[in-house]
Amino acid sequence: MNSEIEDLLRSLAPQVLGTLVRRYGQFEACEDAVQEALLAASVQWPEQGLPNRPAGWLVTVADRRLTDHWRSEAARRERELSVGMQPPPDDDPSRHVDDTLRLLFLCCHPKLSVPSQVALTLRAVGGLTTAQIAHAFLVPEATMAQRISRAKQTIKGAGFPDGAERLPAVLQVLYLIFNEGYTATCGPDLQRVELAAEAIRLAREVHRLRPDDGEAAGLLALMLLTDARRVTRSADGVLVPLAEQDRSLWDRARIEEGVALVSATLPRGPAGPYLLQATIAAIHDEAPSTKETDWAEVLILYKILDRTAPNPMVTLNRAIATAMVHGPAEGLALLATLDDDKRVAGHYRLDAVRGHLLDLAGEHDRAREHYQRAARLTLSLPEREYLLRRASR
Amino acid sequence: MKYLLIMQVNQEILDALSDDERKIVMEGHGEFMKTIQDSGEFILTQALADPANSTVITGTGGTPAVTDGPFIEAKEFMGGFYLIDCESKERAVEIARLIPDTRVKGLSVEIRPVMFSAGADL
Repeated sequence: MNSEIEDLLRSLAPQVLGTLVRRYGQFEACEDAVQEALLAASVQWPEQGLPNRPAGWLVTVADRRLTDHWRSEAARRERELSVGMQPPPDDDPSRHVDDTLRLLFLCCHPKLSVPSQVALTLRAVGGLTTAQIAHAFLVPEATMAQRISRAKQTIKGAGFPDGAERLPAVLQVLYLIFNEGYTATCGPDLQRVELAAEAIRLAREVHRLRPDDGEAAGLLALMLLTDARRVTRSADGVLVPLAEQDRSLWDRARIEEGVALVSATLPRGPAGPYLLQATIAAIHDEAPSTKETDWAEVLILYKILDRTAPNPMVTLNRAIATAMVHGPAEGLALLATLDDDKRVAGHYRLDAVRGHLLDLAGEHDRAREHYQRAARLTLSLPEREYLLRRASR
Repeated sequence: MKYLLIMQVNQEILDALSDDERKIVMEGHGEFMKTIQDSGEFILTQALADPANSTVITGTGGTPAVTDGPFIEAKEFMGGFYLIDCESKERAVEIARLIPDTRVKGLSVEIRPVMFSAGADL
């Protein structure tokens, strides 16, 4: 099959599935029908050319498969199954937009655990195979297959939750997928590229469907601006900190796109956490070096972030920015406020940042202690290797 | 997140279990496995033979030394493990609590996060 048609089918699949699920509610049966329709399209379209309305074509074929399936099942059980509603004509493109979003909301249903939301989103909206998802998360296919099947059962008949307030849950799942790909929490590869690319593709789709949502734009920008630094993030299995990365290797196209999104979205109103983080990432991406970074601006943004979405991880980053603007002593003083915070107690980042700030302050012996402790606490091998090297410097 | 749920057992305590108690524990493991298989969180489990069957190779700086018997003579040792993949440490603890060993006085389950994974079917 030519790749143009393949890409088209992949982008149409979620809206077609969304349309059918809206009509009939039965997720699993609808998914099978959509798979059959996609298969039919992959055979017919390259030979006969694209239909006038590819999405409509897929919906009609899938719908027919579904009703055929129900009829034969009904016949087998020797009882009448009234399918009830006849499918309405599907010409309204806005409906398709809504259907894709609804499918995303359904996959990120609050009844599902986060790993299940992630798996179902990648399967139903991303169109990845169960084997691909299993491989990306380094679990056996049987485990992933069961997780997806259980998730489908859980949301069976759960209905669509109300649209607007579900978007944050979708953005969170997409960000998790991105981070899983960008900073593999375990494993030798610091990055699993496919997941980050898939998350960006889906975030692009959500931004296209909800162009006026500042956080959807912010998340896409944040992903692009973070992913731009991907190739320099590690070398030989060891993490490379921002200050030591070769900035000439950063992906300019990604940076330009991310910066343009931030510039277009910021003036539109109060910025949410994703947009604020994207703005900070943009400042780093555009600076020629750590030294020439506008740390004062970064600090202001972290202060806003810490006020609007308080979180100890934000405070950690604010402490670094504080040290860069006002000196390490002030940064360390801010860190001290986290010592009694149960949410970061025992987290390696607290020790890693403290080690860094002590180093800046010239207290290398104390810094070493904290680097060593952070190395013991981290769950990432490349990070541990970096911290051990800092400790022995 | 992957976690290894390590069953730390104690031979004296296992020996002191009545037949009924042992049966409850054994059946409990079957039930436990079904629960985490159904939820899509189960990866693998192994029960290990008694450490009396172990062979230990110790680096000496020269030719490694090979000795029969356990690594360390200890009352408690790893009797087996479950490898799971779940949402968080909190969920891992919740799952580990379902292991029947946790209902026997003197047995314990250790929950350790996994840092690196590779395998034939991954």
